[in-house]
Amino acid sequence: MFFNDEFETMPRPALEALQLKRLQSVLERVYANVPFYRTSLDRAGIRPSEVTCLDDLQKLPFTTKQDMRDSYPYGLFAAPMDEIVRIHASSGTTGKPTVVGYTHKDIEIWSELMARSFVSAGAHKGDIIHNAYGYGLFTGGLGAHYGAERLGASVIPISGGNTKRQIMIMQDFGSTVLTCTPSYSLFMAEEARAEGVDFRNLKLRVGIFGAEPWSEAMRGEIEEKLNLAAIDIYGLSEIMGPGVAIECIEAKQGLHIWEDHFIPEIINPETGQRVAEGERGELVITTITKQGIPLIRYRTRDITSITYEPCVCGRSHARITRMSGRSDDMLIIRGVNVFPSQIEAILVGIEGVEPHYLLVVDRAENLDTLEVQVEVDERLFSDEVKVLQKLAKRIEKEIKDMLGVTCSAKLVEPKTIQRSEGKARRVIDNRKL
Amino acid sequence: MKVEQISIFIENKSGRLAEITRILGDAGINIRALSLADTSDFGILRLIVDDVETAKTVLKERGFTVSKTEVVAVEVPDRPGGLSSLLQTLDAGQINVEYMYAFVERCGGNAVIIFRFDETDKAIDSLKGSGFTILEGERLYSL
Ligand SMILES: [Zn+2]
Repeated sequence: MFFNDEFETMPRPALEALQLKRLQSVLERVYANVPFYRTSLDRAGIRPSEVTCLDDLQKLPFTTKQDMRDSYPYGLFAAPMDEIVRIHASSGTTGKPTVVGYTHKDIEIWSELMARSFVSAGAHKGDIIHNAYGYGLFTGGLGAHYGAERLGASVIPISGGNTKRQIMIMQDFGSTVLTCTPSYSLFMAEEARAEGVDFRNLKLRVGIFGAEPWSEAMRGEIEEKLNLAAIDIYGLSEIMGPGVAIECIEAKQGLHIWEDHFIPEIINPETGQRVAEGERGELVITTITKQGIPLIRYRTRDITSITYEPCVCGRSHARITRMSGRSDDMLIIRGVNVFPSQIEAILVGIEGVEPHYLLVVDRAENLDTLEVQVEVDERLFSDEVKVLQKLAKRIEKEIKDMLGVTCSAKLVEPKTIQRSEGKARRVIDNRKL
Repeated sequence: MKVEQISIFIENKSGRLAEITRILGDAGINIRALSLADTSDFGILRLIVDDVETAKTVLKERGFTVSKTEVVAVEVPDRPGGLSSLLQTLDAGQINVEYMYAFVERCGGNAVIIFRFDETDKAIDSLKGSGFTILEGERLYSL
């Protein structure tokens, strides 16, 4: 099932021709309207008219999050302010947020791509979409909302928070599709269990989860606990918001990135050079239809790989693999690269261990230390000390065996690890480097 | 023949024991015996209380991880070597003691020890066969 058959299944030669045409057009626009891009293209010694094939993209300079901060708030906008109909911003953990603006056309395209994403996840007109992404400056809530309406589904704009009420509404309103962060879905499952609500009695069929990295193991846990098909969605406010890429329910093997609007590249984050198909690296995206704030070769800092292999679903768009962390979330512990999502996968693999964990990195006598805190719930608990000690040892051993990192596992009381109802905080790095 | 014990997971941080005893006190629950097993990181608090279900509920409501375990309360003869003869009986029956602790009150002048065995039923049979007195829950709470 497709939302837009023509574009979703467009043969690759036609798709690539369309990409080139749109790339040339966006380059002309940013060169004419955005001083930052005029300067950076001039400095790189390339004119928009000199980009004559898709490979020429590699000659263009990158755009970084820092460039967006430096242009705060509207410096990178390519459309006049009176054509901007919406402004979003991403949370600025350090300093100012990054600001994005959308024209009417941008919102239309975003809605369509989100509607395509819903269909790809197995949703359709007639579904009741329980949208628990936060509404506000964050793009998640409104992005999913507009897509759901475009699809013609019934959307419940519940937003985040008040989990007890969320569960009541899912039950009473007969929600069939859930959209939220993966960690919040597990938080809901926990709350539901405490309330005596069984997800098997709810009508939920599909869950669309994104906005934070998660693992294949976590998918298994979510599908079991919430009794639905869990689909991974990807997006970031700088590029658009949710709906940049999504898995198809037919394969659940990689996320189709909507290539008629975005050109993806995978680069080595150290060298900036493209890596081979299938190799992991940092995802770089060029937006080729955006008007409000088009970005050329934006470094997402998300780590993934790409494949152009045909997919069973019939979509011709390339697939990126599940994000395995952020290039800046990557922890280097005694020289070993570790992504929190890898540790999460190991924890879920140990029977009964819910992924409520926290990684505390520190440095003692010039040696990095990693402490993995895991909450002990009733299924893990034993009245015998040796059983719990064995559990801690097993966590330490599996992490050592699979990642090559020595850690100490610390068992902690339930609900002592901070949970946000949005993104979960998984790492505390106390090293003073 | 068996007695229900509740076990609670606690991190080794100050005030947790006090909090648990306060929660139980507020709920009108009487703690009849207590043992704390701890390591450098965490502890397991084991309690014999006069109302197991309520104790479990109020502690769970306050976010504690709680489990119920069956243990055995055995009267130990009030004479030198009383405990030793009991342990010898277990040893002869190849029954492992996971842990044990003393009950606060005495029973007719005899001490009462709470045992957690790996094979509870076998332990009860063996002890009874050797003439030891096993206390029922009702009897224990009323001491
Ligand atoms: Zn597919």
